[in-house]
Amino acid sequence: MSAETKPPAPARRLPVNPGAAFRRRVARPRGSFPFLAPTWPGGVERPPPERDLGVDYDTEWARRYGVRMARVVVTEALTRPLLRVLASPRVDGLDRIAALDEPAIFAANHASHIDTPLLLTVLPERWRHKTVVAAGADYFFDKKWKAHWFAFSINAIPIERQRVSRRSADLAAELLTEGWSLIIFPEGGRSPDGWAQSHRPGAAWLSVRTGCPVVPVYLEGTRRILPKGGGKLRPGAVHVTFGSPLRPGEGEDARELAVRVEQAVAALADEQITDWWTARRRAAARTTPGLTGPSAGVWRRSWALGARTGRRSHLAPLSPGGERRWPDRDS
Amino acid sequence: MPRPGFVLDVDRSTPPTLFWHGEGFRLERLPTGSRVVYPPEPVEALGDPDDAIRQALLHPLGDSRPLPDLLSAGMKLTIAFDDVSLPLPPMERPDNRQRVIEVVLDMAAAAGVDDVVLIAALALHRRMTESELRHALGDRVYDAFAPHGLLLQHDAEDPAALVLLGETDQGEEVELNRRAVESDLLVYVNINLVAMDGGHKSVATGLASYRSLRHHHNVRTMLHSRSFMDQERSALHSSNWRMGRFIAASGVKIFQIETTLNTDTFPSAFGFLQRREWEWNGRDRASFLAVSKTLDRTPDRMRRSIFQAIKSPHRMTSVQAGEVEAVHAATTANVYRQHLVEVDGQADVLTFGLPYICPYNVNSVMNPILVMCLGLGYFFNLYRGKPLVRPGGVVIMSHPTPWAFHPVHHPSYIDFFEEVLADTTDPIEIEKTYEERFATDDWYRHLYRTSHAYHGVHPFYMWYWGAHALDHLGGVIIVGGDPRAVRRMGFKPASTLRDALEMAEDVVGPEPTVTHFHCPPMAMADVR
Repeated sequence: MSAETKPPAPARRLPVNPGAAFRRRVARPRGSFPFLAPTWPGGVERPPPERDLGVDYDTEWARRYGVRMARVVVTEALTRPLLRVLASPRVDGLDRIAALDEPAIFAANHASHIDTPLLLTVLPERWRHKTVVAAGADYFFDKKWKAHWFAFSINAIPIERQRVSRRSADLAAELLTEGWSLIIFPEGGRSPDGWAQSHRPGAAWLSVRTGCPVVPVYLEGTRRILPKGGGKLRPGAVHVTFGSPLRPGEGEDARELAVRVEQAVAALADEQITDWWTARRRAAARTTPGLTGPSAGVWRRSWALGARTGRRSHLAPLSPGGERRWPDRDS
Repeated sequence: MPRPGFVLDVDRSTPPTLFWHGEGFRLERLPTGSRVVYPPEPVEALGDPDDAIRQALLHPLGDSRPLPDLLSAGMKLTIAFDDVSLPLPPMERPDNRQRVIEVVLDMAAAAGVDDVVLIAALALHRRMTESELRHALGDRVYDAFAPHGLLLQHDAEDPAALVLLGETDQGEEVELNRRAVESDLLVYVNINLVAMDGGHKSVATGLASYRSLRHHHNVRTMLHSRSFMDQERSALHSSNWRMGRFIAASGVKIFQIETTLNTDTFPSAFGFLQRREWEWNGRDRASFLAVSKTLDRTPDRMRRSIFQAIKSPHRMTSVQAGEVEAVHAATTANVYRQHLVEVDGQADVLTFGLPYICPYNVNSVMNPILVMCLGLGYFFNLYRGKPLVRPGGVVIMSHPTPWAFHPVHHPSYIDFFEEVLADTTDPIEIEKTYEERFATDDWYRHLYRTSHAYHGVHPFYMWYWGAHALDHLGGVIIVGGDPRAVRRMGFKPASTLRDALEMAEDVVGPEPTVTHFHCPPMAMADVR
């Protein structure tokens, strides 16, 4: 009896995956040009990279009529209601600028990213939609999407913060001459610890150059809502105080005017902490507390900041008796 | 500010170089030490071309009076214009011819000129189709003239429509279109794509008969044109200039209008063709891959249709009008401004890729004879001074060179290829033995006059166009071409550029110097 033999089973073929085959042929990089970027011939000088970001970003499109209309809709229908809920802004000092009917430079202290939209939404109607915002070219215009977004949403223009830039200064001056107002933060950036930083003379320089008045503004409370480095919004309440317009005096240069602007903002801060009369008297006696805080170690600056926070503010009254207390977390 | 052309020395970090390959492309790695001649970037176009045209007509060059002064009621006005062979590729509407002719007609209407005829200056080219005429002239002009029989195409074989003006002092017969000669004013509207175009050649060639053309479209003239792109050293132009002056002396009043174009040649989908390879960004590379992979999988016919449908975005860079020679001097300066690239010295081997189009296959097939004409006629001659390749050197061209002909457009080409080239490829022998028969063949003449065929003698002229190169070179190699078609023309086929370079070494010796003439866009080498 012969053993029954079976023909050998055919070797099993792996299932064919046409998609994988296609990817291998078409989509997979081959490791060389043109699948990868070309190399640069040694004999050809590389041109300087094309600059269309930073101070070179052209924001002209954001001031066209159609874009302005779109921004009005966003500001009025979205930003204002949102900030009203988030920040419950209280605005003082509007009577000081009621008679002003020309483009102005609004110079404010800067502690939070919400300072700009807040200021834009509390500005009186006649400036609100004809105002550009001086924004750090290195931060707000370093990427295409950021440049587009901030140019559209807050009408930002790029300002060089690290060095003197004729291009950004010329643009701001040109816009002021054309009737646009300007929001600028003379500190050059947000406060890292709650105390203000020294003012740079940019706002004053523009005022001297164009003759536009500088309106000092003090913002209090925005840092509690969104501090520098904080990623989360905490609803709170803010206090915005507009000061009297400052104009360059006869023969006054930008540095001198910058000092006056800084003193005016400090006086507004003092007015919030104490009262108008006390603040005026301390200003007259040149004893207005500085905005920049004591020159001391980190903990002592924080300690002093806690003592300073809003005596008369409706936001953060001092503890009963007015004794010192530690600052709130992140404040 | 557009960058001028330059010569790149290929090193190890140079990326592969783009070669045209008919209706496709090849990326080839050139040997280290090769040179690549890169064309200048497109020069700036006129901001308001219509106003520039009007100003040119009102302020003519040379001893011409402004065009409105030359127009009057009751006069006979003829407007001749370049045919479908220009520009390449056909430009996006509105064509320069439409712009110019509309302004001329506006002035003619204002002067009360009733007797106006438009003539396409075909010479021995095929007749244009209605759509080609509409594209060149615009619908307004076409609809105003064509239905009334006032839009004509020059017929170089109609004895009744030709008139023999006489002979130049060199014995060259000048026979021209009768309507043009008998007009009170002949306005010629030209597009100057390369330095060869325009000048006296417009009328003396475009509106002439075979009897007249044979005096400069021949092997002797081409051998003595070094090159025919350089008017100062071109026997072809010398002959045309003699004829042009003779025409003027015979009383034909010509008002020449010439326009130049920049080399912004391809639409954005083909933007990579306009850029230097190491500057290709992600989009260029993606476009190249998408286009080339798609073309690889596309049937020949469809591929041809895709390319022939391309309308070029090139723009007018200058317009000048008036007396022919003064106008042409300004035009040539403008062409050189766009095209010239300085190159030091000649190479042993010259390489270039040939595109899908030449002046004689618009909406047609690039047959092997036209491949030869484009490569050894046009590309080889795009020099001033001396050729890019040394005497006895080798030209390596890249083109598929299919054994394919358009039966309607190129009937005599088929017989030329099958019969004449099977016998000999020597231009002198071809001219002596075969030209007369093809030129006077009744069937070809019939097709030229009534269909859309090139004249029976046209393939001969195409072959003569390469006579200077054939005389100068030690060998011609075509990469990627149909071997049978390539061998029929007396050239060598090669599968790859590397093979071609090895084959070239057999002719020019080991380690040859190599120059690649980068096209597109168009350029002209100023070889020192």
